[in-house]
Amino acid sequence: MAEKLVGQNYVTPDLIAKVTGKSKYAEDFRVEGMLFAKLLLSPHPHARVTRIDTTAAMAVPGVKAILTADDLPAPADAVNDNGQLILANIDGEVSLTKEPVYQGQPILAVAAVDEVAAAEAIERIEIDYEPLPFVVDPLVSLRPDGPNARTKGNYWFIPPPTPPGTPPPKTPPRPEIREMKWTPAELAEADAGRLPMMDGAPEAWAHGDLEAGFKEAELVLDETFVTPDTSHQTLETRTALAYWQNGKVHVYTGTQSTAQTVLGVSRWVGVPPEDVVVVSEYTGGGFGSKITGAISLVIPVLLSKKANAPVMMRITREEEHYIGRARPGVRGRMKIGFAKDGRITALDMCSVSDNGPFERQGDCNNTGVIASLMYQPKAMRFRGISVLTNTPPRGPQSQPGGTQSHMLLEPVISKAARKLGIDQVAIRRINAPSGKAPFGPPGGPKQVQQYTTSAFVKETLDKGSALFKWDERKAQSGKRDGSKVRGVGVAVSTYSAGSTGFDGLIVIKPDGRLYIQSGIGNHGTESVSDCHRVSAEILDVPWDKVVLTWGDTAKNLPWTCNSGGSQTIHAMTRAAHAAGMDARKKLQEIAAKDLGGRPDDYEVANERVSRKGGGPGMTLAKAAQRAIELGGAYDGHQLPKDVNRFTTASATALAGQGLMGVAKDNYPRDGQSRSFVAGFAEVEIDVETGKYYILDYLAVADVGTVVHPRALGGQILGRSILGIGHTIGQKWVYDQQYGVALARRFHHNRPPTILDVPEQMAWAALDIPDPETPVGARGIGEPPVGAGACAVLNAISDALGDNIYQRAPVTLDMILTSLEAGRPTIEPLTAHI
Amino acid sequence: MAVIHDVMPAFELFQPESTADAVTLLDRYSPNALVMAGGMDSFDWLKDRIKRPSVVIDLSRTGELRGIKDRDGGLEIGAATTLTEIVRSPLVRGKFALLAEAAELVASPQIRNQGTLGGNVSQDTRCWYYRAGWSCYRAGGNICYADTPTAINREHAILDADRCVAVNPSDTAPALIALDAQMVIQSARGERVVEAEDFFIGPGTDITRMTVLAPDELLTAIRIPATWGGAQFYFEKVRDRNVWDFPLLNVAAATTYASGRIERIRMVVNAAAPRPLRLHAVEAAVVGQPRSEETAERAGQIAIEGAQALRYNAYKIPLMRNLVKRAIRGRSDT
Repeated sequence: MAEKLVGQNYVTPDLIAKVTGKSKYAEDFRVEGMLFAKLLLSPHPHARVTRIDTTAAMAVPGVKAILTADDLPAPADAVNDNGQLILANIDGEVSLTKEPVYQGQPILAVAAVDEVAAAEAIERIEIDYEPLPFVVDPLVSLRPDGPNARTKGNYWFIPPPTPPGTPPPKTPPRPEIREMKWTPAELAEADAGRLPMMDGAPEAWAHGDLEAGFKEAELVLDETFVTPDTSHQTLETRTALAYWQNGKVHVYTGTQSTAQTVLGVSRWVGVPPEDVVVVSEYTGGGFGSKITGAISLVIPVLLSKKANAPVMMRITREEEHYIGRARPGVRGRMKIGFAKDGRITALDMCSVSDNGPFERQGDCNNTGVIASLMYQPKAMRFRGISVLTNTPPRGPQSQPGGTQSHMLLEPVISKAARKLGIDQVAIRRINAPSGKAPFGPPGGPKQVQQYTTSAFVKETLDKGSALFKWDERKAQSGKRDGSKVRGVGVAVSTYSAGSTGFDGLIVIKPDGRLYIQSGIGNHGTESVSDCHRVSAEILDVPWDKVVLTWGDTAKNLPWTCNSGGSQTIHAMTRAAHAAGMDARKKLQEIAAKDLGGRPDDYEVANERVSRKGGGPGMTLAKAAQRAIELGGAYDGHQLPKDVNRFTTASATALAGQGLMGVAKDNYPRDGQSRSFVAGFAEVEIDVETGKYYILDYLAVADVGTVVHPRALGGQILGRSILGIGHTIGQKWVYDQQYGVALARRFHHNRPPTILDVPEQMAWAALDIPDPETPVGARGIGEPPVGAGACAVLNAISDALGDNIYQRAPVTLDMILTSLEAGRPTIEPLTAHI
Repeated sequence: MAVIHDVMPAFELFQPESTADAVTLLDRYSPNALVMAGGMDSFDWLKDRIKRPSVVIDLSRTGELRGIKDRDGGLEIGAATTLTEIVRSPLVRGKFALLAEAAELVASPQIRNQGTLGGNVSQDTRCWYYRAGWSCYRAGGNICYADTPTAINREHAILDADRCVAVNPSDTAPALIALDAQMVIQSARGERVVEAEDFFIGPGTDITRMTVLAPDELLTAIRIPATWGGAQFYFEKVRDRNVWDFPLLNVAAATTYASGRIERIRMVVNAAAPRPLRLHAVEAAVVGQPRSEETAERAGQIAIEGAQALRYNAYKIPLMRNLVKRAIRGRSDT
């Protein structure tokens, strides 16, 4: 669709507040009588709290209340949207605990008149611990004599699938922790320094004839790689303010998804959703760590109840290291067969993921799913285990499992291209998915794979090669100039890019303006306003006549997707389209009623609804007035039955104010929406220091229709940098003997800085609409990450060869020692070094 | 007592307006006073509640401690002069560019705006075990946590360790030693002037301190003699990120040449040892030698004699060798 708004740059409604500092993040709010909370964090990686004495702490002047695990509601069963009973996970994450399972886990919280008093009180708490066995490296836990992170075991049991023909159980089983160890043969292989392929791994699936695939292969490579654990490092930590008023809890916090955070709070606190108000006008980054806020917000919520006063809990950078989420590091073993032309004939892979101590993370399985999608192996077998460790909780981070998958596989593909004498772009092109490309484990009654809605990977590679001048630069790659050597790298990357079925809610009021309700989180992607431009486009309302409401669930917002999995631009442009079309239909009907003829005789343009080809009409302002007079569906007094109850409540509150467009996205979709990025990087490495600089970077995206070019470019390059960080230096560091974090702050964990990336990074988009969605747009938040990480990885090996690295980040010490020794010398499998 | 970080505890704050007042305060309150210039080291200790001084003496209003002036063809730099002021000073950039170059590579622009030269040379080690409050040798305990079989010690010492394997993290210190600077120290007992090379101490001398400064002493100025003004300088810092990182290693050299041969040279590396290391053996070996690849090669080999790697810092040995080689080669544009 086109073209006045969609596809154009514009000044977003939140921009001026952001650049002038007037934007209010959770920490900027102040409420009368507000107390401040501080946390007591576990110094042990795993222990049982045997005694807490708060007497001296409560005696500190200004201290009002102390919250412990005893004050938390028990984990409760829940019913999901399909009416299915979901049994509570009794071993899942809690906000406070008496059995800390990682160093830094909150044990209790103190509320006081200021933070100085609260901190003073924490120091006066007497607390005794009984240390318990712990493990911070998943491979250590897999050893037969290795400790388990949890007293019940070291992984989440995965029930076998129900046999074909039998219905799935009404109630999914309660999550259960069990123990898994290496067999003697696997242990022997691990002791020999190689990651064993675990035949008994709990996550296992396959498609195609693997054996035949390897037989067909001209070249078989068998490699291991380790990806880093990386904190999300949002600039805004998970600070939260909470108070109770008239039975409702009001929570001010950063979140990626304003509307859906209501459910998060409801579930964590144990109050009905209608008693939850979430205020989140601005969020300082999420990247998957704040999809529906953060579980730690329970602490100020319950402290506020206990102290009978508003409570602000500001989270410090070090606390954020512990409770702020991180991407699971994955160690993978990949055996890949390549035909002469580079086509992947067989992929046998095993992923061992560091799960952290709580809920099973999807990253592990996703390493297999993404591999099958991006490289379309003719046959594939995946095995994986997400091992529990006593390290901070993991969460999805931009392209969860996808980034790791690409980091595991891209270096192997690059190596194969070198060995087979094939161009790096060509080998990715020949393996690229196209059109309705199949991927993932076979499923459903017919045991078939899912497939994409569309895929234009070859086109991204072609466009990128041309823009980057790949062939010219390739000719220079590997040439030395003094101690400097250059290398170029290309990588492809993919991830989920859209969901369906959410609601749009808009009102044209008699003042002639279009009022749009947005339940999307405002976390820097601009989808909070970008998506809604579709409604204005359909109604041909100029953007300066649009009033956007966002950031406060008391302000009547519609049911909205959560902003995870890069689904928003797809899901919510569809919902915006549906609401816009609903309003347009109503405008046409009103015009026909008042001016004669059939609704189809009328068109909506230039803020009027008027007869096609000239003739009578009325302004949108007038039509809005008429909608109020007509009532019923026109002004929201009658609502569609299929919208979510959240939307029904909001629309009911807005009824009677004008002409309402309200609808659920019921547009069909054949396939799963996936977006793709090809990344190109050039690096210059100093072989005397191992230090390298990224000279240039280009990302080309296949994301369907471009809705807002500037925001898209920001996402493509910003997330590329997130990925690049994984290659150039970001990581965790843990001392295995003590199980505690050594790298706790920015300058230890080394997220990339703006000076670590090229000054001029470039991006481009194909702008080919996805055929399975009315606006044509797919998501972009995640696919760039792996492209950024791997284009740089591949450029390094292009310059220096295959004997430099077998894990990331690839830091200068690794390069220098590998060059000295002629082979990688840094420990290949140890976690968190 | 439970532990909490990231909240500064209460203390009494003094903001003396003269050096004399600062010295008097130190005399009165040491050893329970913490001297703070830019705060880039002090704030971490305070926020982590590991150092619990009853008194903080903040030098931000002590104007006398700030400024750069000519002194007999050399320079006298107030200890509280910010790194940004040093980077921008025409006096420094003119004849003693080595110092400007080193200062410009410290941390990030914001930190250089706040951090001072005195603070940069007086800062404590950044060993992450020690800074996290572990009761190691340096903190008065009887173990080095960075030197156990499982310790992560990528950023630790390859030379001159003695029980403690932490390194001095300063970028300006090696430049000052190469320039033969002197440190002016005042206390109630009077003034003393210490060679920069002797200002820094290793654990063998005192395992709890990085410099000769006693608790009641104040570093007031740094003097750079005219001796090395206008010499050829080489400074290189190797760090993981391009900004906001301590050195994995750095090297500073001042060299003069006569008839194509090295006439005089001072060369210093830091982050290789608990104190900045002046490479006397290298200096002696290369004086009178041509500036050639052979000389550079030999210098590099001499520099790493005796170097010993820990589990994760073996790269520092070839890195130090190569940095010394490069310092001998000099800049490609000179």
